[in-house]
Amino acid sequence: MAKALEGPLEEPLIFDRSREGRAGIGIPTPDVPIVDPHKVLPRLMVREEVKGFPELSELDVSRHFTRLSTLNFGVETGFYPLGSCTMKYNPKLNEEVAGLPGFAGLHPYQGEEMVQGALELTYELEKILEEISGMHAITLHPAAGAHGELTGMLMLAAYYRDRGETRHKVLIPDTAHGTNPASCALGGFTVVPVKTGPDGILTAKEVADHMDDDTAALMLTNPNTLGLFESNIKDISQVMHDKGGFVYCDGANLNAIMGLAKFGEMGVDIVQLNLHKTFSTPHGGGGPGSGPVGVTAELEPYLPKPRIIKTEEGYSYETDRPKSIGRMRAFHSQFTILVRAYAYIRRLGANGLKEASEAAILNANYLKEQLKDTYDLPYDVACMHEAVFSDKHQQERGITTMDIAKRLMDYGIHPPTIYFPLVVPGALMIEPTECEGLDTIDNFVEVMKKISAEDPELVKGAPHTAPRKRIDEIGAARRPRLRWITPEED
Amino acid sequence: MPYVSHTNQDLMSMLKGLGPDYLNKLRELIPEALRSTSELAIPGGLSEQETDSLLRGIASKNTPVSELSSFLGAGAYDHYVPALVRNLLSRSEFFTAYTPYQPEISQGTLQAGYEYQTLICQLTSMDVSNASLYDGASATAEAVLMALRIKKKATKVLLSAALHPEYREVVRTYLAASDAEIIEIPYDPKSGETSIDELLKLDIEEGDVACLVLQSPNFLGVIEDIAKHTSFIHEKGGLSIGVVVEPLSLGVIMSPGEKDADICVGEAAGFGTPLAYGGPYLGFMGVREKFLRQMPGRLIGETEDADGVRSYCLTLATREQHIRRDRATSNICTNEGLSALAATIHLSSLGKDGFKNLALLNFSKAHYLAKRLRKSRDIFMGFKTTHFNEFTARFALGTDIDMILKRLYDNGILGGINLKKYYSELDRHLLICTTEMNTKADMDLFVKIVFECLEEKPWQKP
Repeated sequence: MAKALEGPLEEPLIFDRSREGRAGIGIPTPDVPIVDPHKVLPRLMVREEVKGFPELSELDVSRHFTRLSTLNFGVETGFYPLGSCTMKYNPKLNEEVAGLPGFAGLHPYQGEEMVQGALELTYELEKILEEISGMHAITLHPAAGAHGELTGMLMLAAYYRDRGETRHKVLIPDTAHGTNPASCALGGFTVVPVKTGPDGILTAKEVADHMDDDTAALMLTNPNTLGLFESNIKDISQVMHDKGGFVYCDGANLNAIMGLAKFGEMGVDIVQLNLHKTFSTPHGGGGPGSGPVGVTAELEPYLPKPRIIKTEEGYSYETDRPKSIGRMRAFHSQFTILVRAYAYIRRLGANGLKEASEAAILNANYLKEQLKDTYDLPYDVACMHEAVFSDKHQQERGITTMDIAKRLMDYGIHPPTIYFPLVVPGALMIEPTECEGLDTIDNFVEVMKKISAEDPELVKGAPHTAPRKRIDEIGAARRPRLRWITPEED
Repeated sequence: MPYVSHTNQDLMSMLKGLGPDYLNKLRELIPEALRSTSELAIPGGLSEQETDSLLRGIASKNTPVSELSSFLGAGAYDHYVPALVRNLLSRSEFFTAYTPYQPEISQGTLQAGYEYQTLICQLTSMDVSNASLYDGASATAEAVLMALRIKKKATKVLLSAALHPEYREVVRTYLAASDAEIIEIPYDPKSGETSIDELLKLDIEEGDVACLVLQSPNFLGVIEDIAKHTSFIHEKGGLSIGVVVEPLSLGVIMSPGEKDADICVGEAAGFGTPLAYGGPYLGFMGVREKFLRQMPGRLIGETEDADGVRSYCLTLATREQHIRRDRATSNICTNEGLSALAATIHLSSLGKDGFKNLALLNFSKAHYLAKRLRKSRDIFMGFKTTHFNEFTARFALGTDIDMILKRLYDNGILGGINLKKYYSELDRHLLICTTEMNTKADMDLFVKIVFECLEEKPWQKP
């Protein structure tokens, strides 16, 4: 049994705080007779109580979760350069407008005439994202980036089925996010890995060597996870299209190219965007996200249902879509996430989005130049929105990427993404975003240099001042305890 | 420019640090042929104040249910969200953090997630819960995929026709790449339950069916005793998947786990997440311990830190996409963490008795309304088996449900769902939902208008 820490850094489980008979938030006084379930349901259907549910006062609950929040690190706690996750500032206004009754208080089955504003916002956001991505059509239906990837894969499968063709393979570069191969497999495709070239980008030759009549698509990320622009993408698309294949682009890193380049012009056929990265909607401790998908005109008929159309009478749902892959989720979209993204885009406007990308690129390059004498930079070229270092030099002193990550916590900085992409052993993937100022980045650089020179024992023992010392993750998997057990069960 | 911190001086000093040819290098990052030459054709930027009024203007073109009297349910239930939930969710330490990959500084998210998993296990009577899925429909599809992984040789999937129509659609979409055959089991026209007779009639060999998916209360509002169906599917070697779209019902009726189901999934947005026009919501999944390794999604486990202090972290990641890649149990990454936190806070603040009493109140309101409606000689209960907070009313032959709904709407009432849209044979059937948000006065007015309309019978007029 693990011991409980005394003091401000420990908070008991909500179940351990429970006291029998204590009541929290009450319910309205019944204005109708309360029906005894035993009188209308068979005995074997009635549930007497939910065993183990906690009993607390409102203050208990408020204090519990307030204290838990102080054990967390968010974007507003400090610098959060988690590569590939685009941890921007989440504007307060967007939270406020998303909570307006006119958005948050709509039932998904209200008639179209009652939700014209919701349909308008959704439609307008689709149009704006079409312009930013350069794609023919956008759907806002998918719930997250990976959900968008799966949507794209199922559309490809439907396209080939429709033509009476079967293609089994999808090419995926070795720098890809793990969701890419997982989405392909769920879509029914076999993954064929392709190798990134010596300068960190994919070559048309490598793709051509693998492309054949059984290959449905190439799934690549641009800018890629090394923070580099796939500058051969146009030739690569040509290779794919010449043999009847498609190019799927993971648009997770769109933050680097808003207003600077468009997926549609790169020869991309399908792209998914992540509103919780590029368009500042909060990450929520792991969602909710939103993963819009953009496609070419050729693939538009396969988009998931429902689709909104604009007519002279107003906005409405298009019902006749025979080639659609169908629904990916119940109801329409991650609607209040769309509201936040729309507010963000309108606030920045065309120029603001472009400047955001330029500032994100500048921050990443400045950071990279400042750190490259201390940390190994496997691809020493100008980068886009993020830079990937390794622990090669520090390893000579026995310090690993994991140690550096944990030591950053002692300086009030969230670690970057670590050990990813897989092509860089001991990777430290750093994405500062455009929101961070020079002082924050200079401080980060200084801390990183300091850690590199610190006593290895000190670094290996980190974190020292975080709410917890280094956590035993292997132990958690060896003997999984995945819920609190009531004293009677234990 | 909004949300960027650089001063002109900062920019100068950064560029200076990068060297004179840096701007040229930056320009070459994107090949010239792909570089955009024109500005994005979207509107220019706005101040915060202008953005605020723009968004308020759009919101005002919608009519929220709070300005009406709503009897709409069908998978999205209007429940009161306590101020405490909203207030705690607005703490930026929670909502601006990401997936807790670094547990030492993410104990808030992790412990709350562990508590969420416990609450879901308690509600569903299952051994293990994951940290959330997108929504009830995609959770159902994930459960079916999971059953197909466990029962590798099976070629059939059975879905109840009383499973939410959009959930059935999502299962079909997700299974497009699979060879499995989907068979729908009709509901019994009298009881409204998934027909056990039709199930027994099926010619299915043992081992050839992966799962049977049953919803209770089902889409028609009927509380199903899934015990019989579950023993049937177990005899055939398949898994029983219980779907709960309104988990508040579990304060009154037995859970799928208590009825021997193997997997329980559903929609928990009713716990602290607003209606929000259908999303984001909260998919949940509880399973038996023996199926743990086949489960999709994030899992949070208890462990210790280097000082032996109780701690929490993400665990069993070898099932997941970032480790297992194309052999992962699912592709899910970002899920619905904040909605799961809302549910945890909401359920904790209701507590054991509050939860039970809220469930009883919902149950009693629907029974009150049903009883009042039955006083009309033109209204009958759609099905014999009883309901929780939503029920089907069957109207006399010839009644035009849309006309009744129109009359109600003219009086500011959203009267429910015309079931004809989903089941052509239910052409004079109305699906009506009541929660704690519907007062007795609302319900009495509903009855009054429906009765007046039935008296007038506008559908008989030329």
